[in-house]
Amino acid sequence: MADATQADPLWEVFLRSRNGLAHKHAGSLHAPDATMALAAARDLFTRRGEAISIWIVPSRAIIASDPDDQAMLFEPAESKIYRHPSFYSVPDDVGHM
Amino acid sequence: MLRWVLAYADDALILGHRLSEWCSRAPSMEEDMALANLGLDLLGQARFLYSHAATLENAAQPERQRTEDDYAYRRDAPQFRNALLVEQPNGDFAVTMVRHLLYASFADLYWRASVTVNDPAIAAFAARSEKETAYHVRHATDWVIRLGDGTDESHRRAQEALEMLLPFADELFESAPDQAPLIAADAVVDPAGLRETYRRRIEQVCAQATLRLTWPSWHQTGGRHGRHGEHLGHLLAELQFLPRAYPGASW
Repeated sequence: MADATQADPLWEVFLRSRNGLAHKHAGSLHAPDATMALAAARDLFTRRGEAISIWIVPSRAIIASDPDDQAMLFEPAESKIYRHPSFYSVPDDVGHM
Repeated sequence: MLRWVLAYADDALILGHRLSEWCSRAPSMEEDMALANLGLDLLGQARFLYSHAATLENAAQPERQRTEDDYAYRRDAPQFRNALLVEQPNGDFAVTMVRHLLYASFADLYWRASVTVNDPAIAAFAARSEKETAYHVRHATDWVIRLGDGTDESHRRAQEALEMLLPFADELFESAPDQAPLIAADAVVDPAGLRETYRRRIEQVCAQATLRLTWPSWHQTGGRHGRHGEHLGHLLAELQFLPRAYPGASW
């Protein structure tokens, strides 16, 4: 049966917790189709009451950035500290923002 | 009432143990967890019912001081009242899934019907269990459809499993003669009234799974009276080994 599992496509699992606003990535699993993937996600990732909602996405639908592009994509942002909104003085009347 | 509680507790314990036998041996890691989850649901149901049995028996005979472990670990096969279906060996994955479909479809109907019984403990238990068994039905249905309507080999195996296990289904709708007053008092539900709904459900799943279904004209019986096949003794030998070899062991 190991071969059957190999042939089963990979799915990404996203969970929304009881008090969470957004679905968060929880892991991935193999399943023959979407229905079984949803069931497996329930059995694998929600055993301790972690979720009130599950999203399943076929892993092949995910478009990922290339790790080799990391320097080009992300390093330039590291030297632009002025993009953080920490250089403005907030008037006292505003209070906590 | 004690006999009734033990019959359904034994169903849950024995099938739960059967599912635990799949641990680390399932077709995939995902299914390994799924089967363990189903088994743990059943173990939880068995524990509740055995505790309830102990409460009933201790109220009648306070000197006995029974606990849930006495029922699970210190009874021999003839004292178990589970239906024969649940003690059948796991076989291949198709046998396990067809067996689970046949059991869970019954348990789901039975506990759903039991939510409104007069006995508050049983009604509360039924309300909790029905949510679990509803998922058991879903899981087993999903698999039986995929196995039946899958490859030639999975179809053949599912068909063989169905033919082997169908004669065990009707025993689930038996009730002991001494349960008639309980049924009349609306303390428990008469399973016989659910049989037609059950059959329609199984027929629907089999039609979707492209499996041939012919209800047998006879059925296996005896489990509810303590008459079991050879398999239960072997199962209990493993299930009960530790507390029998090391009485009072704890961790």
